[in-house]
Amino acid sequence: MDYAVILTNSLQAAFGPLAVFYALLALGLNIHFGYAGLLNFGQAGFAMLGAYSIAVMSTTYGLSLWIGVLAAIVSATIFALLLGLPTLRLRADYLAIVTIAAAEILNLVIRSPSSTPVTNGTRGISQFSQGFDAVAPWDTAARFDFFGIRYSGKDLWNMTIGWSLVALVCLLTWMLMRSPWGRVLKAIREDEDAARSLGKNVYLFKMQALILGGIIGALGGVMYAFNVTTAQPDAYQTSVTFFAYTVLILGGAARVFGPVVGAIIFYFLLAFTENVLVQLTAGSDPFIPPEILTRSDAFQIRFIIVGIGLMLLLIFRPQGIFGDRREVSLDAR
Amino acid sequence: MPADVASSRDALRAVPWEVGAPKPDPAIVADQITRTFGGLAAVNVEHVEFQRHCITGLIGPNGAGKTTLFNLLTGFDKPNSGTWSFDGRSLGRLSSHQVARLGVVRTFQLTKALSKMTVLDNVMLGATEQRGESMWRALLPGSWRSQEEEVRTRADELLERFKLSEKRADFAGTLSGGQRKLLEMARALMSQPKVVMLDEPMAGVNPALTQSLLGHVKDLREQGMTVIFVEHDMDVVRDISDWVVVMAAGKVIAEGPPEAISRNKEVVDAYLGAHHDAPLTVEEEEKVLAESEAVIRAEEARHEELMSETKEPL
Repeated sequence: MDYAVILTNSLQAAFGPLAVFYALLALGLNIHFGYAGLLNFGQAGFAMLGAYSIAVMSTTYGLSLWIGVLAAIVSATIFALLLGLPTLRLRADYLAIVTIAAAEILNLVIRSPSSTPVTNGTRGISQFSQGFDAVAPWDTAARFDFFGIRYSGKDLWNMTIGWSLVALVCLLTWMLMRSPWGRVLKAIREDEDAARSLGKNVYLFKMQALILGGIIGALGGVMYAFNVTTAQPDAYQTSVTFFAYTVLILGGAARVFGPVVGAIIFYFLLAFTENVLVQLTAGSDPFIPPEILTRSDAFQIRFIIVGIGLMLLLIFRPQGIFGDRREVSLDAR
Repeated sequence: MPADVASSRDALRAVPWEVGAPKPDPAIVADQITRTFGGLAAVNVEHVEFQRHCITGLIGPNGAGKTTLFNLLTGFDKPNSGTWSFDGRSLGRLSSHQVARLGVVRTFQLTKALSKMTVLDNVMLGATEQRGESMWRALLPGSWRSQEEEVRTRADELLERFKLSEKRADFAGTLSGGQRKLLEMARALMSQPKVVMLDEPMAGVNPALTQSLLGHVKDLREQGMTVIFVEHDMDVVRDISDWVVVMAAGKVIAEGPPEAISRNKEVVDAYLGAHHDAPLTVEEEEKVLAESEAVIRAEEARHEELMSETKEPL
């Protein structure tokens, strides 16, 4: 086995543009679920709004990318208001049902024939990210090596902006959560009625949290669209939301850096298992005979292996990487 | 004891011991409040007033509607009908957090300690009108830091008073049941309320802690707050209340000073059942049995009739 290749490939994925995407989705969910206790299962919908805002504004209407970013923020706000207005007064599980359904509806609407003139239906929109790549200070077609880890100039540009955005969101989360605003949010997560009995307008705080986390998710969608250079409805299925939750819980909910570390570890593990499996099944006389596992299965099998690993993590370290064990045990009382 | 508190208690002496009696200086007044759950009238209160600066005990057997009345008065539940006011201001259309902001703060029967927050954070949360609770100002620490310091100082004073100082950095979830009651009371006081409504403050608290809790409740009165509390322990009620309101089956059935209440026939009947002290003769027992059997038979007959009626169209 070529350990150096496995390691460099894994590290490349761990800090790559996909990790940025999931870090941003999970940072949004951290505000929803980690701090405010809101079960938003429609984060893929927010990401989709972000991606399509950029794509539609620049391709269909020929406007600048900044207008696209603004549209992403505005549409995420409207989506959050639509989700929150009817459900935030109700019990937490209603929001979960409504968000998962709304993200699905959004997906169906965007891919439907009647919205094809705007969204180009199931084929999606491409050719909108040149403006983003053009402002890169280096040649996006070139390749760059960092200690053997190779990135294209295009990926590197995406990562630079992406990780800067992640850092900015982390700073914002940290500032908000150490303020009295964050204290009320955490109190709402613990017990809404207690917060109400102390004169806090629970509905308003929950709405603010839903909008803020949704906007962060939409910005993740914007970065993802620039990375894959298309906005395509199949990329925003419900599984995206669940991967984001995995990242959040892996890193540790209600921790500022939890989602970031979670995303890095998650993508490292996925790439690591894939690379190991590929090497084990490669060559004319592979270590694992083709009757048991062929090379093409490796891509699927890695999800099973990583899934088992995550189960073990939740059994032995339910608080995630960053969490505090005491917090988890308090629920049992 | 401040003069207005003492005079307010003295004024209660002149109040007649009857249901719905007007108080000289009521803080909370409720009229014609009804709340039904399905067919059950959980609360059906015609008129009740709670005297300012006094401790009023709200007692009654299980299911009498005490907690429901609390929920209605504090905006946690909406009645089917009725009006209620605090300091002459109607609370009817206000939601629970608006009621709390006016200075009517409650605690809960099942304590709501915010488990995954520290004891200090729990108490600091109680402070009202915190500038940093606006999302935009939260991003400008300079705009709320000085107020935060004041709030922290006040919270530490309260923790000191309630003997929770050593626990200030611990998660509230690690506190014992009695400590949680203390924490909840401290948190409620943080908002500097005018009326404190305590739902079974002594439930599940060991006797030693009960004494200190009682002391704290009396302190609230000395500081000029109006206290209304629900309690089952009659010794506690006798010890601290200035006035007692008794509820049964959703209605207020008696009012009066604590010493008068335990002698009240309605109250004894409500707790122990009417005729509990009248010995039954054999004839009377048979008569009661026959009556109840007749009722059951009539019910069954009606039920069968209904069943056959509903079946026919099918």
